[in-house]
Amino acid sequence: MHVLPYLVAAYVFLTGCYGLAASRNLIHAVGCLAVCQCATYVLLLAVGYRDGATAPVFSDVKPGSRPVVDPVVQALTLTDIVVGATVTALLLALVLQIAKRHGTIDPDELRELRG
Amino acid sequence: MHHLIPLLAAVPLFGAALLVATGRRLSRAAAEITGFVFSGGTAALALVLLLNSAPPMTEWVGGWLPVDAESVGILVVGDGPALGMAALASLLTLAALAYSWRYFDQPPRERTGSFTALMLVFQGAMCGFAVAGDLFNAFVFFELMSVVAYALTGYRIDEAKAVQGALAFGVVNSLGAYAMLMGIALLYARTGELAMAKIGRGLDAAAGPGGPDALVLASFVLVLTGLLVKATAVPFHFWLPDAHAVAPTPVCMLLSGVMVELGSYGVWRVYGTVFAGPGGIPAADLTRALVTLGTLTAVTGAVMCWYQRHIKRLLACSTVAHTGLFLVGLGVLTPEGDDGVALYLLGHAGVKAALFACAGVLLDRFGSVDEHALHGRARRLRATGVMFAVGAAALAGLPPFGTALGKAVAEEAVGGPLTAVYVVVSAITGGAVLRVTARVFLGLGPRPQEAEYEISGSDEEPETSGRLRRIPDTMTTVPAVLLAASLAVGVVPGFGALVARSVNEAGSGGAHASVHWTGHGLLLDAASTVLAAALAGLAVTRPRRAAAPDRAAPLRRLQSGHVGDYVAWLLVGAAFLGALALPGVLGG
Amino acid sequence: MNRLRLGLLAVGGAGLAALLVAACLDLPDFGGSRHPYGDRAVRASLARHIANTIASVNFDQRAYDTLGEMSILFAAVLGCVVLLREARDERRARPEPAEVVRPVRRYALLVLPVALLTGLYVIAHGQLSPGGGFQGGVVAATGLHLLYLGADHGALERVRPLGFFETADSLGVCAYLVLGAAGVLAGTAFLANTLLPYGTFDTLSSGGTVPLLNAAVGMEVASAVVVLLAHFLDQAVEIEEEPGR
Repeated sequence: MHVLPYLVAAYVFLTGCYGLAASRNLIHAVGCLAVCQCATYVLLLAVGYRDGATAPVFSDVKPGSRPVVDPVVQALTLTDIVVGATVTALLLALVLQIAKRHGTIDPDELRELRG
Repeated sequence: MHHLIPLLAAVPLFGAALLVATGRRLSRAAAEITGFVFSGGTAALALVLLLNSAPPMTEWVGGWLPVDAESVGILVVGDGPALGMAALASLLTLAALAYSWRYFDQPPRERTGSFTALMLVFQGAMCGFAVAGDLFNAFVFFELMSVVAYALTGYRIDEAKAVQGALAFGVVNSLGAYAMLMGIALLYARTGELAMAKIGRGLDAAAGPGGPDALVLASFVLVLTGLLVKATAVPFHFWLPDAHAVAPTPVCMLLSGVMVELGSYGVWRVYGTVFAGPGGIPAADLTRALVTLGTLTAVTGAVMCWYQRHIKRLLACSTVAHTGLFLVGLGVLTPEGDDGVALYLLGHAGVKAALFACAGVLLDRFGSVDEHALHGRARRLRATGVMFAVGAAALAGLPPFGTALGKAVAEEAVGGPLTAVYVVVSAITGGAVLRVTARVFLGLGPRPQEAEYEISGSDEEPETSGRLRRIPDTMTTVPAVLLAASLAVGVVPGFGALVARSVNEAGSGGAHASVHWTGHGLLLDAASTVLAAALAGLAVTRPRRAAAPDRAAPLRRLQSGHVGDYVAWLLVGAAFLGALALPGVLGG
Repeated sequence: MNRLRLGLLAVGGAGLAALLVAACLDLPDFGGSRHPYGDRAVRASLARHIANTIASVNFDQRAYDTLGEMSILFAAVLGCVVLLREARDERRARPEPAEVVRPVRRYALLVLPVALLTGLYVIAHGQLSPGGGFQGGVVAATGLHLLYLGADHGALERVRPLGFFETADSLGVCAYLVLGAAGVLAGTAFLANTLLPYGTFDTLSSGGTVPLLNAAVGMEVASAVVVLLAHFLDQAVEIEEEPGR
């Protein structure tokens, strides 16, 4: 059971990759990319967990009275979430323009760039 | 002095924020001058720091100096290669801004300076990535660089190709970045550190007598996947021709001139500081991985380049070929290899940016970048034609350009059959550009035939407001200066030795190599230049025999423009990279 | 999906899966107690009187990462503004006022001030309790859009001068950079938190420059999200193809 959270992260990452490759809709593809990113949240937070620990916020916990989880990975995850949200927004803006210029968001039907 | 290193990222960002804050009230000229001031100021700062970079500097951002060799802050490094890449990125940004001066059409009209602001953020991101000494911080600036690059690539939203290319670029690069972050998380789990040097030491300390284990291998593969996507190693390279062919010309100059090369630089930096120790990936495995991928990349890029008629796409494919050569040179892990690649990279940046600038002139004058449609039409553009020819020869390795010096040094370092790869690949890419010169600017040879599976570069929109009748001076001066800079890399006495010293001081375990022109190197350079000229001559006079596009059809069919295919190739590439580095883990 | 892609996906996916599983088996056990960087971060945070260690990591110890992070948001918003402009064959139309069902309207107008206040609270208490500039900024900005649900696009546009929010977005970035550069001018280091007193533990003014950086980020995030949503809404509501094309 000690590796299960890590395996979940690996599973989520690969699922996202499968979705990206198999996607028939670019909005769905951007969603799948976000799934891949969720794998990084799971992995980071799993890496930082400590048995029986609480959040590293000391407004109501006396410092040293209880173990706390690793605050660094939490900060990294926060950064990661912001990155993910903004990349998603930008890619959706591009998908919107693709829909206008190509009249489709099925990647199989985008034929402008080949060879 | 070292306190100023983080400002390399901060100053351009500040300029961009100012431009956006005042964007609705500024005239275009004022916005562009602001851009020059901040971009140029950063370039000056980078150069000043570079001159003071011996011995290498380090800086803990936020003043978190290590206590008992441990710190909670972020490390930035100010050694020769880091500051050199920052200076290169800054100078190229300045060149791209000068190129787009006044004439480049910059919608949206009601928000003057948006384009300049994006370029400044791009510059700041590249500088930040170059000086990063902390793996997560490198990831952050890597993502910033990517995000701006997607927006800039899709800048011309009226073009169907542009938005499609930008999306493929975005999806593949973001996936690569997330793979890199997975790798960083694995390294953090093992070592509990984020500064690159500390991770490296942590890996060495944690390694048992059996050497590296699967975790080290997986983190190596994942981190390198992210960097190699950026460095466009085969099979992570598919996004590049799609993106670089459609991005606006000033952006192409930066993408091909320095952003892609930052991927190779990242590989060098991360391997050298994180994975080079006894607990990392053994040298033999890295050499196997990089030389194999690099050779594949160089050959694929050269073949793809030869069979293009879309001139910007042709130049983009030649970037793929050259990054392959860089990876081979870095992969042999010798001080000479590193020096050669550093010089090659500097020379290549000038030449490639100049060639893109010339292609942009064609686009703005004729509304086309198609080799066939433009056959003989650009006879009047003498200056541009001369620069295109000179750029082609420099790409092939004509002495005394910086590309030739770097190529010669790297050839000496790799030795054996890999030398042949260098000669042939640079000759093919140079030959392809020479062929374009002969057809477009001189009108030589018969008009070539149409092929089935290819992109034409006709009916593109010019990037200026309407087609240009006269080519503005800025658009001819900028490529001329860039070519001169590339020449200077090769001819300025002592420059090569200076670059070599600062590269070896930062890496290579302190071993020093001497860099100078040798008879052997000159001979090989001459050989590749002559071969390029011969190939171009053959292609122009006998188009059916030398350039029948159908021969490379299987390879070109892989470049399908489909995001799903590119993602599948990325997974294959990661698995392949793992397989290449596996023996060291099993054998340890 | 064509056969080639399926094959590639099977090979690549299997290879990567094997690699990841092998790596997971080598990872330290889940819930382990060895977190050297984390322990140092907690000590550093307490030494500077910051109750929320994550805020200390984000705005003090690794504030340079946060600069990159807010720049990503800034760049993405600028990118979206550029990408979602009117294309050559498009024009802006005034949207029709929309009908809103009365319970929705009442609920939205009731919750709107609560949401805005919550956002500001979360920003202000960044260094004390879970939350901070990023989280609170998003809450405040999305709260404002309850107006779109409760009234219509026109009402939202009246209370949301886009130019103001664009300026606020970039001024947030400027403020962060100026606070960072102040450290260099004072001779310490970029983004050094040594200029202001650290205050009393667990109060709003504790932590030196942390509350200021936090506020700058909050202002940037709230404005950036407003601008971002505005451009997506414009695409849905206002921008349409020119007739006759």
